[in-house]
Amino acid sequence: MINDYRKDLENAKYAVEAQGLVKTFGDHRAVDGVDLKVPTGSIYGVLGPNGAGKTTTIRMLATLLRPDSGEAKIFGYDAAKDSQIVRQLIGVTGQYASVDESLSATENLIIFSRLLGLSRQEAKRKANELLEEFGLMEAAKRPLKNFSGGMRRRLDLAASLIAQPPLIFLDEPTTGLDPRTRNQMWDTIRRLVKSGSTVLLTTQYLQEADELADRIAVIDRGRVVAEGTVNELKESIGTSSLHLSIQHNQDTQNARMIVERVLEVQSAVSPEGGMITAPMASADRVTDLLVALREEGIQLAELSVQKPSLDEVFLTITGEGLNESQAQSHDQRGGNN
Amino acid sequence: MNKPATMSVSKSHLSNKSSFKQALRNSFTMAYRGILKIRRTPEQLFDVTFQPIIFTLMFTYIFGGAIAGNVENYLPIIIPGILVQTVITGSVVTGTQLREDMDKGVFDRFKSLPIARIAPLAGALLADTIRYTIATVLTFSMGFVLGYRPEGGIGSVVIAGLLVIACAWAISWIFAFFGVIARTASSVQGISMLILFPLTFLSNAFVPADTMPNWLQWFVKINPISHLVTAVRDLANSGTVGWDLIITLIGAAVIVAIFAPITVRAYMRKA
Repeated sequence: MINDYRKDLENAKYAVEAQGLVKTFGDHRAVDGVDLKVPTGSIYGVLGPNGAGKTTTIRMLATLLRPDSGEAKIFGYDAAKDSQIVRQLIGVTGQYASVDESLSATENLIIFSRLLGLSRQEAKRKANELLEEFGLMEAAKRPLKNFSGGMRRRLDLAASLIAQPPLIFLDEPTTGLDPRTRNQMWDTIRRLVKSGSTVLLTTQYLQEADELADRIAVIDRGRVVAEGTVNELKESIGTSSLHLSIQHNQDTQNARMIVERVLEVQSAVSPEGGMITAPMASADRVTDLLVALREEGIQLAELSVQKPSLDEVFLTITGEGLNESQAQSHDQRGGNN
Repeated sequence: MNKPATMSVSKSHLSNKSSFKQALRNSFTMAYRGILKIRRTPEQLFDVTFQPIIFTLMFTYIFGGAIAGNVENYLPIIIPGILVQTVITGSVVTGTQLREDMDKGVFDRFKSLPIARIAPLAGALLADTIRYTIATVLTFSMGFVLGYRPEGGIGSVVIAGLLVIACAWAISWIFAFFGVIARTASSVQGISMLILFPLTFLSNAFVPADTMPNWLQWFVKINPISHLVTAVRDLANSGTVGWDLIITLIGAAVIVAIFAPITVRAYMRKA
């Protein structure tokens, strides 16, 4: 059964339109004026370090938290005023599995289905359908607390899909999952969008945003510090970079000078030494560089060319980024000037 | 996921209000959840299973001789008293468990679902009537084993039991309120016990009020628990209905009328 309102929603340009969202906890401004525009039918990634305000933002968009100021519209409906309508349009998968751990997977799904207005039989059918689809059959009958985090996450996602909501919020959907389960999760998320849903996901992993998202907003300290497609963000940081590993550490300084002379750029040396990074404007010049190094008798251990990663984008935009990689980020920024 | 959605009829157009019918339906589903949880963790029924048995035995044999001359004469006084005390104490657990439950991620999902806001609370409270029923049945059975033969007959005893369960449900809204506003489950337990102990012991539940000093009698007589105990005694022991029953029912209604709305509001604000 296709409902009238669904067609209207598909025609809506933006699934989420948020303006100047602010949320303060005590004297800590967790979210400090966030603007977001999520195009209908896309996967939108909200990327940021721990404590940047990602979860608080999602909770405000999903009617779980009232913003102190600003407004959020979900398919044109105000999340604060028309909250009960908005709840009919969204599915939320929280950071901590929002399912009942003392109940079995089937019981969880049946309860959520019943709450969403399905009849007893429909609820049972829907539960079985989702269990099969998400490979949860073995958790069907036994309490969830005996099962892995990955299974709970999958059930969590399954529960968000019962009503097939046109907009799905996923708060760090793969945090704490092993690589195999994470890949399964990614496949599921991609399939969701194919079936017409819009997905807004938060993540700390750049790779995840890179893999999934059409557009990305980078959040730091409660503010959006960059927004765009993955490629736009990568281009904003410039060209590919050349990485040289020197076999003998004592040659590093010498090699660095040659690199800077031949390529006419600034370079950077990794804190452990032995790895020189330099921007590569023209691939042709690398030949000259290699010849020069050979002439000086400097032996290379490894050579690679890297396109700018979202990591670099992220570190460049957020300034210090994650504390432990602070030193590295400064070096890399030096190298990319 | 590519199959057409199985949407309910109620969702074919969007509405910002949930109907009374929906609230009722949602509450029953949430009650079903509560019952499933009890079935999965039967150890949470410890208090309502062992308290009636132990307290009935203890109080009957400790106070029986002193207060009523012998155990047999004391049973018609103590059984309704123990019943009320046990079941009302059982309703404190409702608040504690609600607090624990609300700290879990699953409540985030309930809040994000288009369901009646009152349902997660009403459902939890409704499921707990099972606990009260267990306590009620066990207390009367224990009394029967000790030789209690209520003269009101089985019908009146059933009505008396239902009255206690209904009042416990009403009172559980108070503890649900604490459950929603408190920070931790143990603080709920603390506040609730502080209220409950004076209420149950400063009543006629265990000892006839006329043995107490005047100033205490005054409190005991206006204590709603005393009215409930008297109403139960009237019903079970003589099958009669008096003012106490009416006062009790009004009291229960007032509690629900006050605490249900403020609990739901506090719950929504926390949301």
